[in-house]
Amino acid sequence: MTPARFAYVRPETLDAALAVLAREGEGAMPLAGGQSLVPMMAMRVARPALLLDLNRLPGLEAIAVVEGALRIGAMARHASVLAHPAVAAEAPLLAMALREVAHPAIRNRGTLGGSLSLADPAAELPACMLALDATMVLASAAGERRIRAAEFFIGLYATARRPDELLLRVEIPRAAGWTAWFEEVARRRGDYAMAGLAVMARRAGGLIAEARLSFCGVEPAPRRLPEIEAALVAGADAAALLPRLAEPLGSAETPAPYRLHLAQVLLRRATESLHAAA
Amino acid sequence: MPDTATGRAMPQTAIGRAMPREATRRLVAGGGRYLDDHTERGELHAAFLRSPLPHARFTLDVGAAAALPGVHAVLTAADLAAMCRPWRTVSKAFPGLVSPEQGPLAAGRATWQGEPVAMVLAASRAIAEDGAEAIVAQWDELPAVTSLDAALAPGAPPVHPGLESNRAWGGTIQHGQPDAAFAEAALVVEERLSFTRHTGVPLEPRGAVATWEPGTGALTLRLSHQMPHQMRLHLAEQLGLPINRVRVICADVGGGFGIKMHVYQDEFAVAAASRLLGRPVRWVSDRMEALMADIHAREHIVTARMAVDAAGNILGFDVQDLQGLGAVSIYPRSSTLEAMSMLRAVGTPYRFAHGRARIDCALQNKVPTGQYRAVGAPIGCAMTEHLIEKAARARGEDPWDFRARNLLRLDEMPCANPFGAALHGLHHHAALEKARALMDLPALRAGIAAGREAGRLLGLGLAVVVEFTAAGPVAYGAAHVNVAATDTVVATLEPTGEISAQASITEIGQGITQGLAQVLADAVGVAAEAVRVEAGDTAAAPHGGGAWASRGAAIGGEAIWGAGRRLRAQLLEAAGALLQAAPETLDIRGGEILDQAGTARMTLAELGRLMLFRGHEMPKGVTPGLSAAFHYRREGDATLANNGVHAALVELDRDTGLVRVLRYWMVGDCGRVLNPLLVDGQYRGGVATGIGEALLEACRYDAESGQFLSGTLADYLLPMATDIPDIALGHVETPYAGSALGAKGAGESGTCGAPAAILNAVNDALEAAGGGAVTELPIHPVAVLRALGRLA
Repeated sequence: MTPARFAYVRPETLDAALAVLAREGEGAMPLAGGQSLVPMMAMRVARPALLLDLNRLPGLEAIAVVEGALRIGAMARHASVLAHPAVAAEAPLLAMALREVAHPAIRNRGTLGGSLSLADPAAELPACMLALDATMVLASAAGERRIRAAEFFIGLYATARRPDELLLRVEIPRAAGWTAWFEEVARRRGDYAMAGLAVMARRAGGLIAEARLSFCGVEPAPRRLPEIEAALVAGADAAALLPRLAEPLGSAETPAPYRLHLAQVLLRRATESLHAAA
Repeated sequence: MPDTATGRAMPQTAIGRAMPREATRRLVAGGGRYLDDHTERGELHAAFLRSPLPHARFTLDVGAAAALPGVHAVLTAADLAAMCRPWRTVSKAFPGLVSPEQGPLAAGRATWQGEPVAMVLAASRAIAEDGAEAIVAQWDELPAVTSLDAALAPGAPPVHPGLESNRAWGGTIQHGQPDAAFAEAALVVEERLSFTRHTGVPLEPRGAVATWEPGTGALTLRLSHQMPHQMRLHLAEQLGLPINRVRVICADVGGGFGIKMHVYQDEFAVAAASRLLGRPVRWVSDRMEALMADIHAREHIVTARMAVDAAGNILGFDVQDLQGLGAVSIYPRSSTLEAMSMLRAVGTPYRFAHGRARIDCALQNKVPTGQYRAVGAPIGCAMTEHLIEKAARARGEDPWDFRARNLLRLDEMPCANPFGAALHGLHHHAALEKARALMDLPALRAGIAAGREAGRLLGLGLAVVVEFTAAGPVAYGAAHVNVAATDTVVATLEPTGEISAQASITEIGQGITQGLAQVLADAVGVAAEAVRVEAGDTAAAPHGGGAWASRGAAIGGEAIWGAGRRLRAQLLEAAGALLQAAPETLDIRGGEILDQAGTARMTLAELGRLMLFRGHEMPKGVTPGLSAAFHYRREGDATLANNGVHAALVELDRDTGLVRVLRYWMVGDCGRVLNPLLVDGQYRGGVATGIGEALLEACRYDAESGQFLSGTLADYLLPMATDIPDIALGHVETPYAGSALGAKGAGESGTCGAPAAILNAVNDALEAAGGGAVTELPIHPVAVLRALGRLA
């Protein structure tokens, strides 16, 4: 469990980092908190030719409300996001989800941008981005690019980030009148979720008027499920629709039918909870 | 307390005291020196190429690997064959055992995924791993069998060429008239329980640093191991060296759990490579290697019946056990021992007259299994206690009452049960009553009833445990397996009045050297702080068995008591000559020699200095002895059985099937407690191991490809702090009558009972909810949901 040979660079400016990516393309792998990448390298599952360490880049860890949106820099550590008052006020869903992310030591190093860019199917934060309708802001030597979360996560460990791009920050629209709901099921506290569900629901006149949701840990990639969202808004049995719509992953400890069952359990809990509160 | 040396009772000051371990401060401050902390000048780092397939013929082209900059050598089986003889597991306890030879590296055919096939020696571990990747291997996959059913099916592909079947060993035991007992029984309960493989996961993985000195022809092997002397013998035998040219050093060892007591191919490859290359060689297992290549344990399918008469008395047991061995039966002890240990735990706490058991052990294309904490006892206990609950339920009887009637009474022992288990000094009823009080059973039951009323799926499970600890010489001796069950201590008076000792019992993190120091302090008559006990280096420590079978207190304690009493007698003799007093009129207390009036006449420091530096002042004819050795051999009882009662309160989540252990109680009787902190730590740690076994830990294999699926700690689920409830402990102290101290083993009894208690608790909750039963360990949430009828 030692990494294969790699080159290492730790630029001091964003421009320098983007220049490295422009030059190296897929051979370079950005290193943020390293909580997934470093073990993957130790197991030689990840074999970057060049490790591009982002930890000296200035300003990428900022968390602030700017122009009506909550901006969270890609290098913000999970622990900082979890503790930030602006997150509690504007995107409590993130705080709810982050409490389930691993353990304090990992949250002290792990970053929002790292988790979103890796797109582990079990990760909580990608699902939250979908439910929050966040926008991902990417940069390359050619300039900035904005992508809605729904277009960003495209598959198992796959995102719309191009090899020459870095994720700079996410922008989460303010959500007055929206309620957050998050829950996940894991064998042990802090484990990857066997199934998790992030929901944002908007209330109007004592009813749920709108909902955005995504599972994590269930399918190869998080995604919005419009039929399920509609059923949840209507207070219908959304869980009953799930077997037709979801393609659950299976593994040695968590067979696919069990994941589907857990996803249904979460959906029923969310529906009940959100309608009761509405 | 009787005294092996003088028969006179001694005042006790240290034995039984809750003293923190002397090593704690150093270890928690990061001052431990584990295997990886020791480096040798000029060492090469080893990495192994391991078979990626469960069964394959292979050819290797090592040219590219050997040509990598920094790679010193790439070795295969043929290279090491001249340096290390193969070994094969043979035991008179298992006549006819089929277990092929093993060498340090597989030669042309790998029989399990993870078996080492080549070894790269390089300037760093990273380069060595680069080298292992650069070996061009041609794998010719052969049919593999991994599950027990597949391995024993007629026409199954053989694990080794030429085998007619994969059945490695089997046997039948019968006592009494089981057929008649079952025919006459008023009630027969039956179950089939299956147990998935586990492995022990010590914080410090295995590892070896070998240093061959060509000048002296001597080999020093640093090893993270439980039994240095045992390995010294095997190294001498396999490498063809005089044993006094082999030194094994086990410094701080970060846990063993039975994982570090076997002959492993990789560790012997390290020793052989050092001799071949004339360079020190270092290898430390990483966690992925550890999970795939450390011994696994506890793969069983047990089918058992229990016959009960109309009055609710157990008549007998009829047991069938299928056990998975892996590709070989592990050297030297044999993997088959686990099945015998399982059987010895069937029905053990209870009175029964008839028994029949059938054991079949299967070879498989999997890593060998071996003796892991509590060996087969958790399986036999789970099977028994499951049947006990079932019988009580069928009779509509309180399971506590059913147990109380059937448990052997203290006055019925010593006795041997139909499966050959020798039982003595087990105070089951005292433990049962203590548990009932500790749990406040009426209030607890009321709480459970109220919780169930409110819709909670609560269950209470009970297990009575007997565990056979501290095996004596007859077990391995009669099997002609060279395992030492005796132990030695050499105790020395320092010229400063302190006492130093070298023990053959080994310290693997369990803290036994602290308990031994307390015994030695009392044996001689000094403060425990003045005593230091060291272990683990065969160049310093005398011969003995090391750490296994919970033997530190029961066997190591006797050895150090004997050494301490001998040393005390020698010192009193010398002091008597100096003080012109009969030795028997003198006493040693607090490091001072007292006369009959209790007046201090001299200190041990003064005596030590006299004997060592001013020998000319010693009276004529006195042969001073600053050191005393004692080799303890227990006669008679083959093992020391301990006993206990376990209980678990669990809650099931009806939606997710997850099981949460809310409360846990354990009452143990390990005879004389040398240090309650150590015993409590062992009990609690043992229960944690058992909770992992019951709910989480599993070595899983793909049913079709035979691929190992639990290769990281994200897949092999160990219990974490949040999975372990507070564990309330109670003690019954029934000293073993056949020894000076009366201690029995404590290290594994927590593990013996926890799986049974939790299995019973989960099934109690399921029963109350109108569900079916779970019959597979670990208890997977899917099984719980199925039993509840909530998942197909």
